[in-house]
Amino acid sequence: MKINITVKPGTSKEVKTGNWRTYQPIIDHDKCIACGTCARVCPEGCVFPVGEKALQGKVFYEKDLDYCKGCGICAAECPVKCIEMKLEEK
Amino acid sequence: MKKCLEGSNAIAHVVNSCKPGVVSAYPITPQTHIVEDLSKLNADGESGFEFVRAESEFAAASIVLGASATGVRSYTATSSQGLLLMTEVLFTIAGMRLPMVMTCANRAVSAPINIWNDQQDSMTVRDSGWIMLYAEDNQEAVDLHPVAFKVSEQLRLPVMINVDGFILTHTYQGLDIPTAKELAAFLPEYVPQKGQILDVKNPVSLGCFATPSDYMEIREDLYIDLKNSTKILKKELANYKKMFKRGSSELVEYYGDKKAKTVFVAMGSVVGTIKDAVDELNEEGKSVAVVKVKCFRPMPEAELLSKLTNAKNIAVVDKSISLGKEGILATEIKSICRQKNQKIQSFITGLGGRDITKKMIKGIYKKVLSKDNKIVFVKK
Repeated sequence: MKINITVKPGTSKEVKTGNWRTYQPIIDHDKCIACGTCARVCPEGCVFPVGEKALQGKVFYEKDLDYCKGCGICAAECPVKCIEMKLEEK
Repeated sequence: MKKCLEGSNAIAHVVNSCKPGVVSAYPITPQTHIVEDLSKLNADGESGFEFVRAESEFAAASIVLGASATGVRSYTATSSQGLLLMTEVLFTIAGMRLPMVMTCANRAVSAPINIWNDQQDSMTVRDSGWIMLYAEDNQEAVDLHPVAFKVSEQLRLPVMINVDGFILTHTYQGLDIPTAKELAAFLPEYVPQKGQILDVKNPVSLGCFATPSDYMEIREDLYIDLKNSTKILKKELANYKKMFKRGSSELVEYYGDKKAKTVFVAMGSVVGTIKDAVDELNEEGKSVAVVKVKCFRPMPEAELLSKLTNAKNIAVVDKSISLGKEGILATEIKSICRQKNQKIQSFITGLGGRDITKKMIKGIYKKVLSKDNKIVFVKK
């Protein structure tokens, strides 16, 4: 057996997979109620709180475009529909 | 010491002597007694392995895949529909280079549903990357298991040992079963290669994605290793023979008239019947012999060619068929023997448990001497 077919784990840190995306989520922070549903439903775990506070004193959410595949689950699940899936020009 | 044992029971005992770490299986006729006896040995505290009951053959194959990936000696057994249900996992096991041994109690494939013996099940998965051995009798089936574990772990290739369902699995014979103590000198403890198994202390990913730039090289590597495994197989068969004073180190065996112009080619238990028919034909002064193919994958081409080079009429006796073509072994023999003056004819027999008699073998002998070279279904 000449070829090593096992690989070291953790390669996703080096390999950015966000370029698979067709649509990208745009979050409207004026409508966002900072409930965190988007972060919980994201299958890639790439939605996270940004730490900036809204007028109501709540924390905004954003997405990590290095890994976001544009599946749109966050947009579908958002209770106030503040996430829009937009075609990404590349 | 010889004991009178049922084939399945003997296989269960020799597998236990090989000290596997994990056994997982789903019962199917005619394999059932093998895993039933292993489960009993386990329940009686006479084994060291973990027996995992599965909800299907797909699960059983996946469980032993996972077990082998953690670096323990693994074993499963199945038949017919069960083997076909495992198909996807069989390719994955070989592709991931995971060593393991499986016993396939050969049985016909549906439809019509039939629980009796032929070799259609294993022949259908011949391209999966497994080493495929065929036992002629139960002693050979027993002795192939320790050899299979040793070769499998050395080469990181899975091995399938084929035993004809009922004809071998449910037949009692006087058998020598090597004990764990006797096997210790032949079969060392399995030590997986470092960095090639699932280990929390040294994490690696197994069964990874390969793009078009790597896939072909990896498949070629598997092809080369499987093709070259005949050397290690012969070496370990010879070591076993030396240690236990029985068996043969050959992957292709020849029996009968040494200068025979008419030669049968067959695999598995039918070889025994053919040997008897060959004896009788030789006594009648007819120049006949039989070539037994013990190892179907990798195909021992050079060995076969050397044993068939003097034959003028070759009758290939298949217990399976590639529908729309001919007997599967016949196609293989035709691809190896390409002398212009050789006649190679495909005979299909014993499908779905139809008994193969000496009379039928003699009928094949008559037919292969005729000019006609069509595929023949030998039914009676």
